[in-house]
Amino acid sequence: MSETPLIGDFSPAPDAGLSGARIGVITFPGTLDDADAARAVRLAGGTAVSLWHGDHDLQGVDAVILPGGFSYGDYLRAGAISRFAPVMEQVVDGAKGGLPVLGICNGFQVLTEAHLLPGSMIKNNHLHFVCRDQKLRVENNSTAWTAEYAAGSEIVVPLKNQDGQYVADEKTLDELEGEGRVVFRYVDVNPNGSRRDIAGITNAAGNVVGLMPHPEHAVEAGYGPDSSAFGPVGVRGGTDGLGMFTSVLKKIVGAN
Amino acid sequence: MSDLNQRVQSRLETPAEARNEHGHHLGGPADAVEHIEGRKFNIDTVEHAAATPDTPLPWAELGLKEDEYNRVVEILGRRPTAAELAMYSVMWSEHCSYKSSKVHLRQFGDKVTEEMKKDMLVGIGENAGVTNLGDGWAVTFKVESHNHPSFVEPYQGAATGIGGIVRDIISMGARPVAVMDPLRFGAVDHPDTARLVHGIVAGIGGYGNSLGLPNIGGEVVFDSVYQGNPLVNALAVGVMRHEDIRLANASGAGNKVVLFGARTGGDGIGGASVLASESFDDSKPAKRPAVQVGDPFAEKVLIECCLELFKASVVEGIQDLGAAGISCATSELASNGDGGMHIELTSVLLRDPTLTPGEILMSESQERMMAVVTPQNVEAFEAILAKWNVEYSWLGEVTGTGRLIIDWNGETIVDVDPRTVAHEGPVYERPYHRPEWLDGVQADAFAGSAADASRPASGEELKAAVLELMASPNMCAKDWITNQYDRYVRGNTALAMPDDAGVIRVDETTGMGVALSTDCNGRYAYLDPYTGAQLALAESYRNVATAGAVPMAVTDCLNFGSPEDPEVMWQFAEAVRGLSDACMTLGVPVTGGNVSLYNQTGGVAIHPTPVVGVLGKFDDVARRTPSGWREDGQAIYLMGTTRDELDGSEWANLRGHLGGKPPVLDLAAEKLLGELLINASRDGMIDAAHDLSEGGLAAALSEMALRFGVGARIGLGELCERDGVDLFTALFSESQARAVVAVARSEEVRFKDMCTARGFAHLRIGVVDTQNEALDFQGQFSLPLAELKEAHEGTLPKYFA
Repeated sequence: MSETPLIGDFSPAPDAGLSGARIGVITFPGTLDDADAARAVRLAGGTAVSLWHGDHDLQGVDAVILPGGFSYGDYLRAGAISRFAPVMEQVVDGAKGGLPVLGICNGFQVLTEAHLLPGSMIKNNHLHFVCRDQKLRVENNSTAWTAEYAAGSEIVVPLKNQDGQYVADEKTLDELEGEGRVVFRYVDVNPNGSRRDIAGITNAAGNVVGLMPHPEHAVEAGYGPDSSAFGPVGVRGGTDGLGMFTSVLKKIVGAN
Repeated sequence: MSDLNQRVQSRLETPAEARNEHGHHLGGPADAVEHIEGRKFNIDTVEHAAATPDTPLPWAELGLKEDEYNRVVEILGRRPTAAELAMYSVMWSEHCSYKSSKVHLRQFGDKVTEEMKKDMLVGIGENAGVTNLGDGWAVTFKVESHNHPSFVEPYQGAATGIGGIVRDIISMGARPVAVMDPLRFGAVDHPDTARLVHGIVAGIGGYGNSLGLPNIGGEVVFDSVYQGNPLVNALAVGVMRHEDIRLANASGAGNKVVLFGARTGGDGIGGASVLASESFDDSKPAKRPAVQVGDPFAEKVLIECCLELFKASVVEGIQDLGAAGISCATSELASNGDGGMHIELTSVLLRDPTLTPGEILMSESQERMMAVVTPQNVEAFEAILAKWNVEYSWLGEVTGTGRLIIDWNGETIVDVDPRTVAHEGPVYERPYHRPEWLDGVQADAFAGSAADASRPASGEELKAAVLELMASPNMCAKDWITNQYDRYVRGNTALAMPDDAGVIRVDETTGMGVALSTDCNGRYAYLDPYTGAQLALAESYRNVATAGAVPMAVTDCLNFGSPEDPEVMWQFAEAVRGLSDACMTLGVPVTGGNVSLYNQTGGVAIHPTPVVGVLGKFDDVARRTPSGWREDGQAIYLMGTTRDELDGSEWANLRGHLGGKPPVLDLAAEKLLGELLINASRDGMIDAAHDLSEGGLAAALSEMALRFGVGARIGLGELCERDGVDLFTALFSESQARAVVAVARSEEVRFKDMCTARGFAHLRIGVVDTQNEALDFQGQFSLPLAELKEAHEGTLPKYFA
């Protein structure tokens, strides 16, 4: 359509120079947000590659996203079975070798179960599933996934989960804080009782990031949150999550 | 297992080892005893049934009436076997056969013009109707009830309600893309309501969220008439390419019949016949075992697996297993196809090896599908199921015999004409008559009644009244519920609650998409079921048009009391007549739906509640209209005329009054209003629109302001003068065919010209004011948004958090 949308906004055109970067999106049988993560990669300008949990193959991608969902039903601890999926062997090896890996929601849970990130997620303190537009502060902008944000900037992205309460022992929490490995912190409202308002963390090398909120649901104007931390937007016009995907794409292209 | 099921099971097929102790078995000869995985059953074969015509059967316990049982005997020319009896009893239940409602439902098929059929690709009768969206796209949607199971076991009842309607959508060949849930509970402060609210909301969320389907809307109503009979309706919508449309039929002799998905267990046995087709009564045993247990992970895998099967074109026909399980799937597939099927029941994979043949046929275990596959495609089919790790078993094949034959270890236990099971069940012309009490109720108008004694008039009183209205259980914010549902997943949700309609993008390249709304005001339907059903359609139609979509198709979930009560049956007949008439007038066909009867406890029926869902189409969902204003200085217009119509209103409800007649229905005005709203959205004249329904103008203005937290200055003097109403009536009347819109200043002339040219009443009643954080009813009262928000959002957490 050639007309200007009257309600909602245009999303900015992606940088054509990023399309050479290939980002894998893993699908477990109960994964739900894989199409959304792939769309986020495309809207950021990259090329999304579908990866299957049952394959020992990352198809040579430049980075990997473990999307949200209920990978194997999560009737046991969320992510507890997925860490044994064939593809996780390559993900763990890749992550140790510096491959950028992002775990969103259930993906974050899988990364903690696979011991790529410390701590764990338990049921929300209020015991309900919660879906809300959540404000976060970017505490660390030196990871592979957050370089596009200014340190200390705030973003609004959707949060939706049942088991989102981040917990770890005090020593681990102190280490994370001391080493600057808390990447995102909940602002205004702690929606699930997470320790120290932690919404996302990274490993020591900064290539592996996990977070409970869903940046891939704030990448396209018209289908995101109703607000943005960067100023007024149209109805469901928030695209604050897009920076995570452009961050990794620029890093990949710069590194190549 | 309940006493009832225990009794039925023991009388149908007594385990052989227990035979001598209990002694009440079917009296099979010793050679009819079979060893199945170490257990023995007396297998009641067709041969055995023919030889033992006088064996008494538990048809009454299974819900059949004496004349129905006699008809089964007449059809078969002998007594049915235990397995056949199980099949006929579930398939001839009210839930599966629509025996009381069928004669009325025909009107939905009869009152249809050629114009209405234009976009209907699949009509009533299949799992769900299919509507053409153009560009090779089609959409299928349907609303169904899971009322009785949800009362007995709220979490699983509601969860499997979502599961069942989603499988209907998959069965059509579509990818499910969203769900909605119209809910009705008893009084908000009744001790049992919290149990139901918590269980039902968690069940819908727990299942729907795990399937990756955005929940984009619905309804929540509290009314004591639903105390013993909460209504849990579930709507699902799916999209597909035209070539992917699949139908439930078994054609081509020699093609293979396969059952896949979850294993068959003992859950849900008798769900359709026992739960959904009887009134509750304290004297009967608890019915929890008749409720199914859901596994959303299994269903999610089943969705993806089925879509891959469709894409690879390896299934000829497909049917989901819902009510009446294998009985329903085999008889419907066979009778819709070439008419014959031969299967071996011991091939069914079981969760519980002790199940008897009758129980296997009746089990309503969830997450199962049955498909017909050509011999050439068997290998490809198996490869796809292996990829998704889905279990399957080949049960038999399609035949040209016209008979549905089911064997148990090679011995025939069912030999029937499948049409007599699936389609030729009993049809009742139930007697009905207009209730004598209705005249009295209709004569009892709100205006001037004792309940209307202290009608608010001063500014302070009106302010308190608006706050009271917006904090009331039916009008308060439903965030506490809807925040437990995922509205983002799949990334195509363009609008969701609390906007007027849920909007989903279908085609990511063109932006083409659909809008959906469900509505019903049971109080209106109680006062006048004919008009009430039409008003439900009018509201749903208006909501879809308010969002900017062109209404195309209708689905309905008709929730009523016992059809055996002639007064309830009259309500049902009137509602169907009204709804079908209104569909014809508005030119939107009913493409599918569901009837839920026996919603009554202890002789007290619910209000007639014909929930109506309307689906509309957008060429580009980017043009959708949200329900709240945001731009400073935009003009606020009220479209339509306000009459003194408070009977059945939320205000009357707050004062404990229900009497008089529902608001006047004017379908021509509704259609015109819809056209104006759609044009205004298309041409970019309006930036916000909200329909007026429950709570009238007071509710609409409050909701529009709270949507984005932006205030407005409102003046209603001219409206009161033009329409001859007082300020209270202007705010609280529920006159139909009205909407409030926010118009950009640059578009005001064009908007007014459009309304004038079409002769539709419109009046500027205010202006958006981003500075003053209040709804300022000038010269009367000012309502700070913070105060309004607190009242509006505090109610549900107060009762349930």
